[in-house]
Amino acid sequence: MTRTQTRLAVRHRLAERGVDRQLWLLVPGLACVLALFVYPFAYGIGLSFQPAEGGVFGAYRAFFADAYQRDTIATTLSLSLPAAILNVAASVPIAYRMRGRFRGKRLLTTVLVVPITLGTVLTAEGLLNYLGPAGWFNRLLFFVDEPIRLTNNYWGVFFSLVITGFPFAFLLILSYLSGIDPTLERAAATLGAGRRQRFQRITLPLLAPGLATTFCLTFVLAFSVFPSAVLVGDPAGTTRVISIAAYHAAYEVYDYSLGSAIAVVMGVVELLVVAIVLGLRSLLYTGSTGGKG
Amino acid sequence: MSRRIVASPTSWLIWGAVAFFLINLAGVIASVVVNSFGERWFDTWLPSGWTTQWYATAWTEFGLLNVMVVTLEVAVLVVGISVLVGVPASYVLARRSFPGRRLVYLLFLLPILMPPITYGIPLATVLYKYGFAGHLTGVVLANLVPSIPFVILTMTPFIEQIDPAIERAARMCGAKTWQIFARILAPLLVPGILAASILVLVRTVGMFELTFLTAGPDSQTLVVALYYSMSAAGIRAQQSVDAMAVLYTASMLVLLVIALRFVNPTQLVARVKEDPD
Repeated sequence: MTRTQTRLAVRHRLAERGVDRQLWLLVPGLACVLALFVYPFAYGIGLSFQPAEGGVFGAYRAFFADAYQRDTIATTLSLSLPAAILNVAASVPIAYRMRGRFRGKRLLTTVLVVPITLGTVLTAEGLLNYLGPAGWFNRLLFFVDEPIRLTNNYWGVFFSLVITGFPFAFLLILSYLSGIDPTLERAAATLGAGRRQRFQRITLPLLAPGLATTFCLTFVLAFSVFPSAVLVGDPAGTTRVISIAAYHAAYEVYDYSLGSAIAVVMGVVELLVVAIVLGLRSLLYTGSTGGKG
Repeated sequence: MSRRIVASPTSWLIWGAVAFFLINLAGVIASVVVNSFGERWFDTWLPSGWTTQWYATAWTEFGLLNVMVVTLEVAVLVVGISVLVGVPASYVLARRSFPGRRLVYLLFLLPILMPPITYGIPLATVLYKYGFAGHLTGVVLANLVPSIPFVILTMTPFIEQIDPAIERAARMCGAKTWQIFARILAPLLVPGILAASILVLVRTVGMFELTFLTAGPDSQTLVVALYYSMSAAGIRAQQSVDAMAVLYTASMLVLLVIALRFVNPTQLVARVKEDPD
């Protein structure tokens, strides 16, 4: 066999397995992800094992030995988990009522989605103005003696997470719900299922995978809380979240090793939560939701 | 009839909660807007007088023209590059099966599943090491990381909608791959490309963390400038910070309303279904 023939044969065999020249189209995208995501991440992990002192695990030891640093994990989770759960839980009934067609649906959707545009800074400014001691909210509560303190603490950050996270969760849940075939529910109604039964037995199981995904994406948003924790929170105390610790280590103390170590810890914690949720999801029904109705 | 009576308390409760959320949201937004137009506002319901001077102050003090130009440059570059790079990749991922496809897919998903700070810090360190950070280049490169995967995920359902028979017919007629792309797929994909670009535009203009970590003094986008002006409070009048925040939100709102014209929220489902894969 001549050389050209061998090369042709190899190319043919590869093409049969799905490898041909068209795959070159993937290369630019893959190169970007490898150069801008995988390589820096690997570099960061490497850096986190090369601290100035304390051996290979010195940076991690420094993080976990210091209660002020270690507690940022709990602080972050205590903010982001409730916020993500509330956002998803509140979106389900609202989206459930809105999945049909009715007048003004587009307007209501737009209004509910507006907070996406606010950005963390306007939300923070607004919360400080509105919920502050002389703000409108405390003016409405004139019957309470002391103004309620809702900013520069846990609640300020929590509200900011709800304002920015809810529209996102709502949009996703609405899109999942409108992907469930409405005839399934109508069939259940014909067979005599009540409103509650239909929701529990038909809609909820079909929605569950979507709920898990939405929860994960909302959780990622809430977990990376940084600007609002600084602006409406109490960044030195009760809302010192892990991203503040990472930023502080890397760009204020210039300890890149510790900064990378905290970023790695942050990623691991976040992926653990996502893995647990997706693991629970895989126990549930996965498959067709009947297509779009 | 009995069904209606059972249902109405929950209905009331849900719409009540929505109304409560929206009223408080309106309060949050209105307090910033009112403050940005107010002269002095201390312990009263409304400011003592009205003025537009804070907008003028914000415009000159924060060098907003420059900031706006930078924001626009970053957004256009990121959208352009991520569409050029992302669309061909998403075509291959949507149409082809090849060894390692799941791994490639996971690689493209990870940047979206990770909080930006987590990869932003190592990325900024690397960009500083090679001298990219601190300029426009660094900001654009950093923003490409979540944007390319986002384009890929948004485009996948649009590509799946196109009948492969059309491409096969073009190939039968002798078209080459680039010709199929330019003459057949690109025109059919215009709505999808528009949707993806606008979503990436909204995300890039709103992306705080990555820009914050990589921007230098003359490459700040609007969000980052806003953050700096607010965290350095006390030096500037709070009203001019508010005026800037109102400008930011107004521009984002315009973008979002345009985006919602092109993107039907219910179309997201096809994209999201793929996500946890």
